[in-house]
Amino acid sequence: MPVAVFFGCAFIAFGPALALFVFTIAREPLRVIILIAGAFFWLLSLLLSSLVWFIAVKASNPENVSLQKGLLIFGAVFSVVLQEVFRFAYYRLLRKANEGLAAISEENLSPISVQQMAYVAGLGFGIMSGAFSMINILSDSLGPGTVGIYGDSQYYFITSAFMTMAMTLLHTFWGVVFFDGCEKRRWWVIAAVAALHLLVSGLSFLNPSYEGSLPPAYVIMVLMAAWAFFSSGGSLQTLTQVWMCKKNGVDSS
Amino acid sequence: MDFMEIHQNNVSSEGAEPRRRTSESGERGRGETELNGQPPSARPIPATVTEDDEDEELTLKYGAKHVIMLFVPVTLCMVVVVATIKSVSFYTQNDGQQLIYTPFREDTETVGQRALNSILNAAIMISVIVVMTLVLVLLYKYRCYKVIHGWLFISSLLLLFFFSFIYLGGVLTCMSVTCGSGDSGITDSTSVGTHALSRVLLYCTREVFKTYNVAMDYFTLAVIIWNFGVVGMICIHWKGPLRLQQAYLIMISALMALVFIKYLPEWTSWLILAVISVYDLLAVLCPKGPLRILVETAQERNEPIFPALIYSSTMVWLVGMADNVETRKNNTSSSSEPENPASPGQQSEDDGGFTSAWVGQQQQQLGNLQSTEESRREVQQMPSARPPADPADDEEMGKASATASGDWNTTLACFVAILIGLCLTLLLLAIFKKALPALPISITFGLVFYFATDNLVRPFMDQLALHQFYI
Repeated sequence: MPVAVFFGCAFIAFGPALALFVFTIAREPLRVIILIAGAFFWLLSLLLSSLVWFIAVKASNPENVSLQKGLLIFGAVFSVVLQEVFRFAYYRLLRKANEGLAAISEENLSPISVQQMAYVAGLGFGIMSGAFSMINILSDSLGPGTVGIYGDSQYYFITSAFMTMAMTLLHTFWGVVFFDGCEKRRWWVIAAVAALHLLVSGLSFLNPSYEGSLPPAYVIMVLMAAWAFFSSGGSLQTLTQVWMCKKNGVDSS
Repeated sequence: MDFMEIHQNNVSSEGAEPRRRTSESGERGRGETELNGQPPSARPIPATVTEDDEDEELTLKYGAKHVIMLFVPVTLCMVVVVATIKSVSFYTQNDGQQLIYTPFREDTETVGQRALNSILNAAIMISVIVVMTLVLVLLYKYRCYKVIHGWLFISSLLLLFFFSFIYLGGVLTCMSVTCGSGDSGITDSTSVGTHALSRVLLYCTREVFKTYNVAMDYFTLAVIIWNFGVVGMICIHWKGPLRLQQAYLIMISALMALVFIKYLPEWTSWLILAVISVYDLLAVLCPKGPLRILVETAQERNEPIFPALIYSSTMVWLVGMADNVETRKNNTSSSSEPENPASPGQQSEDDGGFTSAWVGQQQQQLGNLQSTEESRREVQQMPSARPPADPADDEEMGKASATASGDWNTTLACFVAILIGLCLTLLLLAIFKKALPALPISITFGLVFYFATDNLVRPFMDQLALHQFYI
């Protein structure tokens, strides 16, 4: 399991997130701070949910395998719910901060818009979620071993990498849509985001039969991408404009 | 033991320009290259400060950039330390040697005895620090600037001496144990002189070469290390390109972190870390706290704090308590005899070096110099605020220990927690606009998240990864 697996899986899992970070976030200090704070909020939600799971496990019989699995599923579901709660909390915090920034600026305009904050916050959640899922697996892939020697799936690393990438991007899109729903006071949007998150997470419970978890996750990711695009003000015209600009650039050069 | 200040009236006009698109690093705003120790020549101080809003805007606008300027060196340091810990196994072996300030051992039979020993160790460290702080404050108060000057100079010399002594001793002990000889004595370190930096590097490269089985002759190594050391000394203590200086500071901070990881026993470092942060809080915020007295005295005299210190250490033309702390530390180390207890390194505890508590204390004793300088480098770019010095090293140690324990999630969690602590500290600084302790928030977050992640999150994530569940 050499370095090739490590680099391959690392770039699959973190490539898009890294590209997004480098091209859109790295140059703006305020966005970097919002990103790190988003990661921190996700971490808090994980901490609380693992506390709950830990207590439940300690209070139960460790020998009962199916009970443990059930507790794990409960822990995962609770964690998803808590993540959405913390996303909402982060939204409130960012709104307050935005008002503060606007109040002290010259033209009473905040240096960053809510949509930008939504995107950065979502990316922060996604990067942290992906990192926590993937980093230990990546470090294990550098060491010796044979995948699936005891009868588990051979595709553990690659499917983990793809799933991590999907989750990272999904968190980003969910962030955009969620904040937009909060801004416009459409609570069904929030419920939909939570439900989709639960769905994707629930699909992962079907692993290792990856047909049930990976393709649906990617389908949902594409749908969420479209939803996020349209909810943040994009439209078919803007898409065609981008395309036309490119074409014009090519013609005029 | 550091605090931060924002000198509102020192905001440079360059920093005052509202920037929608912030440049990547602070020094781009200057039209000239900054050399350490030299303030940029033309830095007009605005004659009038018009409105409060403008002040606040300036504070916040450069606040975000300043936070990032703190993030970058902390992250770089962490990366270096983590990489070293993961690759060079020497730092995670416990040879049984400890620093002179922590004479009590932690490899006792009972938990109670271990707790008691660690409390005693921590108490010794803290009392040394408190005493040195008080002495320094008294010296400053009674205007014994020359004494402080000389003290700094000698202490930095002796500090490096001590540092290299430890390193040499560590190297020799390690090699002697490796070679099978029972002799673990420390040979002479009379040749240290001012090139302790070289020795530090020699030590490090030896370990790195051993790990990667690189063949290297002493002559080449000597030439390389000589150059590295001399350039480092010049860069840090005199003039040099800013980036090079920053790089040296980061390297030194990382090396410090590694030393502390190796030589501080686990529970001691946790305790020291916690107590230091409490002490920092008290020393800076209480009306009779030594650091606060220092700041107020400096403000009364209407002079930047410790100008002598600034110029003697040639790092920053802004003052910092950090200097104070470091001087104290330097003094601490210089006043004690640098004898390494020559205990045979027969211990084989794996956990000996894993403590996350880098503990500002160690930092303070030996490492503040570096951390301060690191932050000072940033300060040079942003004249109006002083970033915290200690947290950088404390945090590195915390992250390094987390890494040493084998779980990357813990490292990552510590990293994020510490960065957020830094953010919050700077935010508080911007709000309150007075001297604040830099350590407590970062250290608290780091500790909480370290223990929580290690004990709660790790089993949870392990189970999830085992079944490939995603949350």
